[in-house]
Parts: sequence; C-alpha cells; structure tokens
Amino acid sequence: MGVPASHLVLAALLLLPFVALPLVALAAGASRRAGGFATGFTMLGGLLLLAMIARPVFAGETLVVTLPWLSQWGLDLALRLDGLGLLFVILINGIGLLIVLYAYYYMPDDDRLGRFYLTLLAFAGGMLGVVLAENILLMLLFWEITSLTSFLLIAYKYREKEARIAARMALAITGGGGLALLAGLILLGQVAGSYMLTDILARGDLVRESALYPATLVLILLGAFTKSAQFPFQMWLPNAMAAPTPVSAYLHSATMVKAGVFLLARLYPALSGTDLWFVLVTSAGAITFVLGAYLALLKHDFKGLLAYSTISHLGLITMLLGLSTPLSPVAAVFHIINHAVFKASLFMAAGIIDHECGTRDMRRINGLMRYMPITATLGIVAAGAMAGVPFLNGFLSKEMFFAETVAHPALSGSAEFLLPGIATLGGILSAAYSARFVHDVFFNGEPADLPRIPHEPVRWMRLPVEVLVAIVLAVGLLPHLVVEPLLTVASVAVLQHPLPPFELAVWHGFNLPLLMSLVALGGGIIWYMRRERLFDLHERLSLQWSSPVAFERAYAGATAGARRAMRLMDSGTLRRSVLLYLGFTVLLAGWAWGGNPAAVAGPIATSLPDGTALFGVAVLLVALAGVLAFHRQRLLAIIYLSVVGLVVSLAFIRLSAPDLALTQLSVEVASIILLLLALRFLPQEGPIEEPKSRQLRDAAVAGGLGLGVSALALAMLTRPFETISAYHIANSKPLGGGTNVVNVTLVDYRGFDTLGEIAVLAMAALGIQALLHGLVLKPQVADARTLADRYPIMLRMLMRPLLPLALAVAVYIFLRGHNLPGGGFIAGLVAAIAIVLQYVSAGAAFAAPRLRLPFVGLLAGGLLIATATGAGSWLFGQPFLTSSYTYVTLPLVGTFELATAMLFDFGIFLVVLGTLLMVLTGLGQLGSREQPGAGES
Amino acid sequence: MELTLSLAVGLLIASGVWLVLRPRTFSVVLGLTLLAYGVNLLILLSGRLGATSPPIAMKGASGLADPLPQALVLTAIVIGFGMTAFLVTLSLRAMGETGNDRVDPADQGRAGKDPDG
Repeated sequence: MGVPASHLVLAALLLLPFVALPLVALAAGASRRAGGFATGFTMLGGLLLLAMIARPVFAGETLVVTLPWLSQWGLDLALRLDGLGLLFVILINGIGLLIVLYAYYYMPDDDRLGRFYLTLLAFAGGMLGVVLAENILLMLLFWEITSLTSFLLIAYKYREKEARIAARMALAITGGGGLALLAGLILLGQVAGSYMLTDILARGDLVRESALYPATLVLILLGAFTKSAQFPFQMWLPNAMAAPTPVSAYLHSATMVKAGVFLLARLYPALSGTDLWFVLVTSAGAITFVLGAYLALLKHDFKGLLAYSTISHLGLITMLLGLSTPLSPVAAVFHIINHAVFKASLFMAAGIIDHECGTRDMRRINGLMRYMPITATLGIVAAGAMAGVPFLNGFLSKEMFFAETVAHPALSGSAEFLLPGIATLGGILSAAYSARFVHDVFFNGEPADLPRIPHEPVRWMRLPVEVLVAIVLAVGLLPHLVVEPLLTVASVAVLQHPLPPFELAVWHGFNLPLLMSLVALGGGIIWYMRRERLFDLHERLSLQWSSPVAFERAYAGATAGARRAMRLMDSGTLRRSVLLYLGFTVLLAGWAWGGNPAAVAGPIATSLPDGTALFGVAVLLVALAGVLAFHRQRLLAIIYLSVVGLVVSLAFIRLSAPDLALTQLSVEVASIILLLLALRFLPQEGPIEEPKSRQLRDAAVAGGLGLGVSALALAMLTRPFETISAYHIANSKPLGGGTNVVNVTLVDYRGFDTLGEIAVLAMAALGIQALLHGLVLKPQVADARTLADRYPIMLRMLMRPLLPLALAVAVYIFLRGHNLPGGGFIAGLVAAIAIVLQYVSAGAAFAAPRLRLPFVGLLAGGLLIATATGAGSWLFGQPFLTSSYTYVTLPLVGTFELATAMLFDFGIFLVVLGTLLMVLTGLGQLGSREQPGAGES
Repeated sequence: MELTLSLAVGLLIASGVWLVLRPRTFSVVLGLTLLAYGVNLLILLSGRLGATSPPIAMKGASGLADPLPQALVLTAIVIGFGMTAFLVTLSLRAMGETGNDRVDPADQGRAGKDPDG
C-alpha cells in the first residue's frame, strides 16, 4: 500500500505511551520494579522510534501524516514531525526516561508506584501529542490531556491539603487558559482557512492582516502564558512544588511549562512580527524574567527557589520570542534545550538533598560539600549553568539573549538601553539566586539540626543527574559538535525559512554581551552578599497575593457565588424551575418574533372554517373550560378531559388520519381507566391554596405560550412546503408490501425507530411495576366492596361474551393493518382494553386466575420477536431491519416480505398489550393487596 | 380553517401549561395530557390541510394525506400513554412516601409563606 513506513512509525511514536498504559498497569501490579521497567522501556521505545525517522527530519524534511476523522469540522488525525517536534520528543522521552529511573529510588519504598507511572506516562503521551500534532484542534486535545494529567501528578500526594490546593490552582489556571486557547485556535483556523499547521504557517500574512488578529493573538497568548506561568499567571507554578520532586523535575524543566513556549515557537511564523506581538510577548516575558528571579532569591525552600527560577527562565525564553530579531528565536530554542537540561538536573539534585536531609530549608541545610561531595559538585555545575557561568550550556544561550537585546532595533534614543538593562538586571538576579543555592546548600558552615546525617545516595539515583550534567558540560564546551545540528533543524522549523548565519562558540571576543555577562555575574554575587537586608525588607512587605491562601479564598468565593446564582435559577422547587423555563421561552420567542405581524401569516391564503370544524372547536372550548374550572373536582375534570380527547380523535378523522383516530380513541379509554384507578388513592378534591396573583401570573405565561404555538401553527400552515413522503407513498405497495402507508412507515421505513419506541414503552411498564412494588396506600373513597352492586350484574354478563368478540376485532384490526387503517399498535390497545374490562366488570379475583397472562413475558416476547425480525435480515446479508426493500427485487419472495413486516407488527402488538395490562391491572390491584383488615396501612 | 385549527392547538397548549404549573400532581397529569393533545395536533398539521383521503396507497388514489406526521404521531400517542401512566404511578408513589400529593414537597415546610412567588 501507499503508506510509507515513516508514517507508521510516527503514529506509533505518539500511540506508544497510550498503548503501553494497560501493560504498565499490569507490570506495576506485579511489582514496583516491573512497573519501572515497563515505563522506562516505553520512554526508550519512543526514542528508538524517533531514531528510525530522524534522518529525513535532520535533512530538513517535515513528515506529515493525515488520517481523516471529523473532516467536516476541520478535525483530522494529522501528525507532523519537524525539527521542533523532534527536539521536544527527545526532551520528553529522554528526560522522561531519566525521571522514571530517578523516581524509582526517590519515591518511598511503600509506594507501589503504579499510579505514578501510569499518570506520568499518560502525561508524556499528552505532551507528545502537543508537539506532534499537525492539526491545531488535535493539538488542543492533547494540550488538555496534559492539563488534566498534570493535575493528577501535582495532586499525587492527595492526602495533603497543600497538594490538593496546588493541583486545583494549576488546573484552574491552565484549564482556563486552555479554554482561551480553544477559542484562539478556532479563530486562527477560521482566519487562515485551515486547521493544518502546514497551511497556517504558510499564511502568516493572511493571519496578521485579518481584523480578528488581535483577538486571536490575545486568546492564544492566554493559553501559552497560563501554561508557561508567565506574568500574571505565574502563581500556580511555585505551589505546584507540592508535587513529588520527580514530577517537578519533569513538569518544570522539559515538559508542562515548556508547552506554552512551544506553542509560541510553533505559531511564530503565523503570529509574530507585529507590534502587538512584540509589546505583549516581550513585556510579559521581561516582567516574568525579572520578577521570577527577584522572588527566587527570597525563597528559603530550595525547591521554591528553583520554581521561581523556572518562571524566570521561561520569561527569558518568552522575551526572546517576543523580540523577533532574526536570531532571537534561535536563542529561544537554544535556551529551551539548555534550561530543560540544567533545570532537570538541579531538581533531581535538590530531590536527592531533600531525600538525604529530610528538609528543604536552606537556613538549615549548609555545608553539604563535606557530606556528599559528588552530588554537591554536580549541583554546583548545574547551578553554574543556571547563572550563566562560561563553559556551561546556560552561558551560551544567555549570551545570545544579551546579544539579541542589544541588537533589537525597535527602541531608540534614551530607551535604547531599556532592553539590555532589563536583561542585565535579570542576569544579576539570576546569578544572585544561583549563588545563594550553591553557597547556602553546599558551603556556608555546618548543617543546622538536620533530621538525619546526609550522605551520598545510591549509585542509580545519581545517574540521571550525572548524565544531564555531562550534557551541560558537553554543550558548554563543544556546542558546535554537540548541539548545533539539533538547534539548527529545530530553529528552521520555528522560523520556517533558512537561518541567518550564526556562530555557536564559547569565545566571541570582547563585546557588549560579554560585558553584560560579567556585570551580571559580578553584580549577582554582590547582590547575594547583601541579601540579609533584602530578606528583612521582604518580611515586612510580604507579597501575599500569590499565596495559595488567597487563591483558596477566591476559589471559595467563586464557588459560593456560583451556588447563589444557581439557587436564584433553581430554588429546588420544580414549579418555579418550570415557570422560569417556560417564561424565558416566551420572552425568547417574542424577542425573535420582534412584534412584526407580517412574520406570522405566510403567503398562502387561509380558508374559512366549515361548520364541523367550528362545532368541534366550540365543544373543545367548553370541555377545556370544564377541565380548567373543575381541575380541583377531580372526577369532573376527568370527564371533561375525556371530552377533549374525543374531540381530538374526531379532529384526526377530519384531517384524514383514521389510524390516529383509532389509536387516540383506544388510548383515551385506557387513560381514563388509568386516571380513575389512580384517583382512588388521591384526594378527591384539590384544596384551594394559591393566591389569585400566582394563578394569573401562570395564566400569563400559559397564554403567552399558547399564543406562540398558535402563531407557529398558523405560520406553518400558510407557508408552501414540499413533502418528502411522495417516495413513501409511491413505494409503499411495491417495496413495503402494504397500502396503508402509515403502517408501512411504522414497521418498515422507520422500523428501527419503532423498535426503540416499543422498547421505551416496555421500560415505562417495568418502571411502573418497580414503583408500585411495596407501595402501600389508603384508598381515599369508600371501598366498593361495601356497596351492594360491587360488580353490576348487567356489566358482568355483557362483558364476558364480549371478550372473544373484542379479541376477534383486535385480530381483524391487526391483520388488515398493513393495507387499511389498523395495525399492531391499535390491535394491542383494543385487545388490552377488552381484557381490562373483564377486570373492571368482575374483579381481579375473577379475571386474573382465568386469564393467567404473563405480562412480563408479553413484553419480553414482543421485544424479542421484533428484534429477531430485524436481525433476521442479517441472514440475507442485509443490514438490521432494512429488509423488505431488497427482498422484493428478488423473484418469488414478494409474499415472504409481507410476513416479516407482520411479524414485526406482532411484536409491537405484544408489547403494547403487555404494557397496558401490566399498568392497569397493577394499579387496579393496588388497593386490594393489603385489603382486607390491613388496618391503618 | 387554518386560523381555527391553530387557535385550537394554542388553546390546548395554554390550558396544559397552566395546569402543569398547579401545585398538585393530579393537575399536572391533566395538564400533560392536554399538552400531548396539542403537540400531536401540531405535528399532524405539519402535513398541511387539504388532503381528501387517508394515506392508503390504492391505485388511482389522489389527495392523500401526508403519512409521515401520522406515523410520528401514532407512536407519540402510545408513548404519551406510557408517560402518563408513569407519571400517575410516580405521583401515587410520592403520595405513599410523603403522605400528600404536592408537586414540590418543599411547599409543605413553609406552609405559611409563599414558597416560590
């Protein structure tokens, strides 16, 4: 076939984590170690799959796979692998692999880790989806998967309140951003005319010139900024440190928070290059960069320090993407790589220290160089990279960053120094908090009353840190060899055009960026040495607005507000809800109508009513007035209601619908019996308990609705229309085998619907039986037993011979139903009423043992027959219930066709019969069950 | 004719709605039955007036009524009965559980006050 192997590999790369989930669950159930191996091999497998298809990508190709899915909504399963995706797959799977190994040793031994590995893997799958999606709606789907799974990961220690709050906060912020992103991406797709990245990236000018561009950009930035914790959405990230350290190391170095900057980089050719982009992205990035670095220094918890440092570095990357100089995206991609590597190693080193010391407070942890020299050395190197010390990877990208702020042309004059100034200030602060991390943790005297004496961790726990620090050094020393191919291909993917020349080198000669680096490092150390005064200041002006307490308060307030709004709408009383709903419908319809009388009557002229119609409506009016006036005198109301039903039946005849008239008439009889039976147990008269005002208010709503429906009916009747039933009428006899088109429609054209309808009927009957079960009610009327003519002899004598007659009529109606008015529904109703009348005339004690009908059996039998008839068509290789259509085209089976439809109709007959008997006899015997002598009950 | 029938449908609907909004279950059952009449008529009318014979596809027959709304309404009538029966039983059950036939049990606790006005 025409599917290249690389396409299959790409799909497999994305599917692998999801497919592996059940296997990991099984393995983790077997043992902790097996679960770890299964997860690790899944991550490794992803890298191997990537290696199989990496070569063409490095050569500059973009792999795109498209599987049609919901194409009419622009949603296809389309995947793409280009340089940027390649880079992120390496980060996701590569660092993921190290995290799996690390977590195995970090997490407490009594944790079986099944939940951890499953959530981690699902999260990794979500991340892979985000970076591999070609369709932006598909990307959003995976984006939401990462939001949900990161919620589960942050709340991993869900017994701790802190973790629950942190997780909720992260979900509220990133989930809210996800909603904005959904809107933004839909706008983007509309503006660009396609939801495929290939098209969108090529149509940047179209997007930027659109009137919707500002809205699109702001919505998408909301998504990116919430995810990447950019100002003012940064507060969820430090709180997310409540997660276990492996989770933090994964989410806050290479994956979750990088999704936001990934999005900015991904859509860079479509969205960047405008002033709006520059202002929004650069300023958000710059504020985040400086604010994060400033706050990082103030944290005594070293994980908190790393968290704010992460915010700061994300700000740096965002700022680079905002600058939009020819090389700034390259620097951004470079810093994405470098930050992922050194920050993951720092988090893991911090986790080791936490694990060994039992605390994360830098005022107590000091001088660890003596206790764990190897870990300390690794930590120092990684922190050096974070500060931007030469010969380490962070130095290179930071220097590129400095160079780009200098090179940016937008600001001139006195503002010329603004961007470099911000960059240098951020650099100073970064160096200061890095210095604090190194000095406080590894030097600065002796540890202060630690819970235990720290020592080096087990070999395998340190291995992930060693690997990452080795990369830090390798990139820092030999950038040209180690990272340049990957950086180039990823940057080309971001820019979508060849890169301007640039040189990755440690030494560029003396220039302004180098000077800025030196100022940053030196200034940082000075700043750090002066920190005590800063701490005092911070204690006094403590910023509480980003605390989880404040968030919780806002959260509780929003919840209470929502509850109040809900109570306003739904006070818990059904009538109020119904009134609100109906009243709103009237208002809405009135608004849509707009008071234009011409909108009601259509072009077709109305005709004058004939005498029959006028008489019918007059009777209807009287009967309705009776129902309304006497709705409290319930027996009278039932009698008036039956008159209304009769008029409706007659109207059906007048409107050439004899089937409906027959059905309505028999249902009418059954309904009246039903209501009379129920009335025995209800108060005979309803009390007057409502103020007139409420009755009038309800009358206004009811009148409005009635008028609206009248207008609707009139509008419908006075407009031309073309029926689709010409086909049904024409084919009724030749294909359906019957001339009664209504019946043929029920059992043939729309047989599947009918099957569903009789199933609903059977369910209602069963539900009624369940409701009646164990129900004890006291009859509200004098028991008929006390009266002399309990079962009037005339009625009794008349009904017994009438039963076979009535049943014969039912059979007749059933048999002729396919060609003349009748059929299973009506026959079932007639037969049921004939049988129920035996109960009415002679009592259940007489009728039940003589008839011995299994009601549930009737229901089940009817449904089975109808279903089997439908399934029978499978034997002829036809779809369910679409039988007769094709049968007739074969010779000799024309008669057979008739038989299947009739069998289906027989199923309907049985279900209707069973339902009516079950309901009416069930209600009828309700009183007699606990009689006599049941006393109070 | 069109106007008369439209008014009839509207009257059925209005009466049904008003009864549905009463506080006792029995009225609600009456109201829903009226609503069902009104809706069924409305659907049937969507086949338009002017037919002179029922939809029986005999040779040479003309002026047939539209069979599709009729088929829809036929099942609607029967299912309407099922729904009425269910509602009646439900109100009986509610009567057995709470000892009264109010639609909203909440009405009872605040007998002195107007609970939803």
